[in-house]
Amino acid sequence: MTTGTAVDVVMPQMGVSVSEGTVTKWAKQVGDSIEADETLLEISTDKVDTEVPSPASGVVSEILVSEGETVAVGTVLARIGGEAGAAAPAAGPQPEPAATEVAEPLAQPAAPVAHENGKAFVSPVVARIAAEHGIDPTKVPGTGSGGRVTKRDIQAFVESGSPASTEASQTVAPPPPAPASASPPSQEPQAPGLGETLEPMSVMRRGIADHMRRSLDTSAHVTSAIEVDMSKVAAIREKLKQEYQAAYGVNPTYLAFIARAAVETLRDYPWVNGEIRGDKLVTKNFVNLGFAVELADGKGLIVPVVKNAETLNLLGMAKSIADIAKRAREKQLTPDDVTGGSFTITNPGGYGTFHGTPVISQPQAGILGTYAIVKRPWVITDENGADAIAIRSMMNLTLTYDHRLVDGAYAGRFLRDLRERLQTWGESDY
Amino acid sequence: MAEKTYLQAISDGLRQEMHRDHRVFVLGEDVGVYGGAFKVTLGFQEEFGPWRVIDAPLSETAIVAGATGAAMMGLRPVAEMQFADFVSCAWDHLVTVASKQRWRAGVPVPMVLRLPSGGGFSGGPFHSQNPESSFAHIPGLKCVCPATPEDAKGLIVAAIEDPNPVLFFEHKHLYRRIKGEVPDERYVTPIGKARIHTEGDDVTVITWGAMVYTAEEAAKEVDASVEIVDLRTIMPWDKEAVLESVRKTSKVLVLHEDTRTGGFGAEIAATIAEEAFEDLDAPVKRLAAPDTPVPFSPVLEKAFIPQVDDVVRELKELISY
Repeated sequence: MTTGTAVDVVMPQMGVSVSEGTVTKWAKQVGDSIEADETLLEISTDKVDTEVPSPASGVVSEILVSEGETVAVGTVLARIGGEAGAAAPAAGPQPEPAATEVAEPLAQPAAPVAHENGKAFVSPVVARIAAEHGIDPTKVPGTGSGGRVTKRDIQAFVESGSPASTEASQTVAPPPPAPASASPPSQEPQAPGLGETLEPMSVMRRGIADHMRRSLDTSAHVTSAIEVDMSKVAAIREKLKQEYQAAYGVNPTYLAFIARAAVETLRDYPWVNGEIRGDKLVTKNFVNLGFAVELADGKGLIVPVVKNAETLNLLGMAKSIADIAKRAREKQLTPDDVTGGSFTITNPGGYGTFHGTPVISQPQAGILGTYAIVKRPWVITDENGADAIAIRSMMNLTLTYDHRLVDGAYAGRFLRDLRERLQTWGESDY
Repeated sequence: MAEKTYLQAISDGLRQEMHRDHRVFVLGEDVGVYGGAFKVTLGFQEEFGPWRVIDAPLSETAIVAGATGAAMMGLRPVAEMQFADFVSCAWDHLVTVASKQRWRAGVPVPMVLRLPSGGGFSGGPFHSQNPESSFAHIPGLKCVCPATPEDAKGLIVAAIEDPNPVLFFEHKHLYRRIKGEVPDERYVTPIGKARIHTEGDDVTVITWGAMVYTAEEAAKEVDASVEIVDLRTIMPWDKEAVLESVRKTSKVLVLHEDTRTGGFGAEIAATIAEEAFEDLDAPVKRLAAPDTPVPFSPVLEKAFIPQVDDVVRELKELISY
């Protein structure tokens, strides 16, 4: 049995622009023991999915937000340890009461209202504001009579971005019943027909949907494609693979080669790495390279960014790509990992597709698509000027660009130069 | 525009309407030769003649009944009670006949009853009452309670124009004490529209009549931003303005000089509880006179009528809630 003060677990601030998050999964239940830093739950924001570690060791005494609920940053999600149920009988500590008493906090008698002061009383307007913002009013510092939370108090709390109170929780009030009704769907979708299944849209899916639509509404998408002979890259890669694996534990993937060559080519084509900002054109002396990564089972798409990719050689690029891919799979990305990109590479070729028209990640101006490498008969010209058919490892690359900023010829020259690098660069150039 | 007393503003409005509309006439006890108990119609008889400024016998029943009949026949009587308290003598004609003719017979009754009301000068139980809530409860009657000279003039005009019986409660304690700028030209202040006397953010006082000034004094003595809503008319009353203010401040004091139980403040408080419950940050408070007749004794009368200190006490309680 845990005694003493409870530790609150709050919805973390996942980046400055993130104001709410959805609890996707509880890794622990009420009554479970947990170590500090052990994963307690998974949350989803419009930017990333991530795991929330426990801030303390102890027993999970309360879970206040159920799976699927979306709450504001700073909202108390759970409590670790402490005297969980306020209504628990005054008898001495018992082995396991916290878990059972607290599992159904709504069922507890009205006793907490009789607590020391006015703190437990929530006025109608405070209750409404709390519900609208998904705030636990007992977490708001009160300046009213007997410590009561006034309308001004909760308004100030909302305006200040709801800083999470880290002080130990003394008064345990029932969880706010309001959040459940706080976010009614603005439009009820039509009921499912025979054979149809209706499920709620995840935060991430909603974010993807909004972004894709917004991108197509913003940029003038045009896609150009080019065929690249990857034979030389394949040969270098074959040579380096053993060495990289043995010395650095990293695989020099085709993607790393293409990324390296693309970054180098972007130096000469700044508009492709640029941006339209208001009525101004922005060019950048850095390349923050995004990589589109699919999450398991088609559950979404995330674009982690390798910052300052222009500073990386092939090894650095390979390591960076491996790192973000791993963290994306393990839901360890932070919002900073998925923002600030200047150009993006998407790689659907793994499934054998040979062409596509990706959607630009706003506010960027271009996205490079890499497709399946296949051996094809290819007409080559030997040093004597004689044509011959050879078997070559061929790959299609597409550049989808914002025609508002990037012209077709400019894009064509970018692709030509990129192909040239991939076909002619030697090992030392990477 | 000139500065006028509250009394002069009523007198001016009435005189202008009598010039403008020959159907308008006044009647009441001592309104002619004497110029009215409080001199509102001083000089009217010389100006308009004894047929339009009629000294009535000492019978409120006869005055109200005569006014009702004249109104039904198409005239625009403005009848004066020397004190609002005396209108109870005419209850039957007012409540049974005047208020219901429009529904019963389809006949409008464009009549105004001027009712000098309120205390503050040791008038005792027969000369100090604020009986507005009794008549606000009677469907078919309108009740007007101006607080400022400008509103007093604009509302007497609106009352005369209105096709229904209108009870015009003019507060005696404001008559010569309160002065304000009053436009010279004719204008109409709409019946049913409140006026924000002072704007504020922290707490709302809903009141009317002389209590507007009590609230104003009290607001200066508290460390908060007090919004004072002067209802101006209590039937119909401006529910929207009240709810809007309550939504802003979330704390509200309903203040009136009439006694507490069944006072019109109860109707306002109940409406706020019904329609703005989720905007409240404190209980709706009422401050009113106790449920007794108005005492003669100056000391007791002061204890009876809500004073500035009483309002300050209530406001502080709300502010610190």
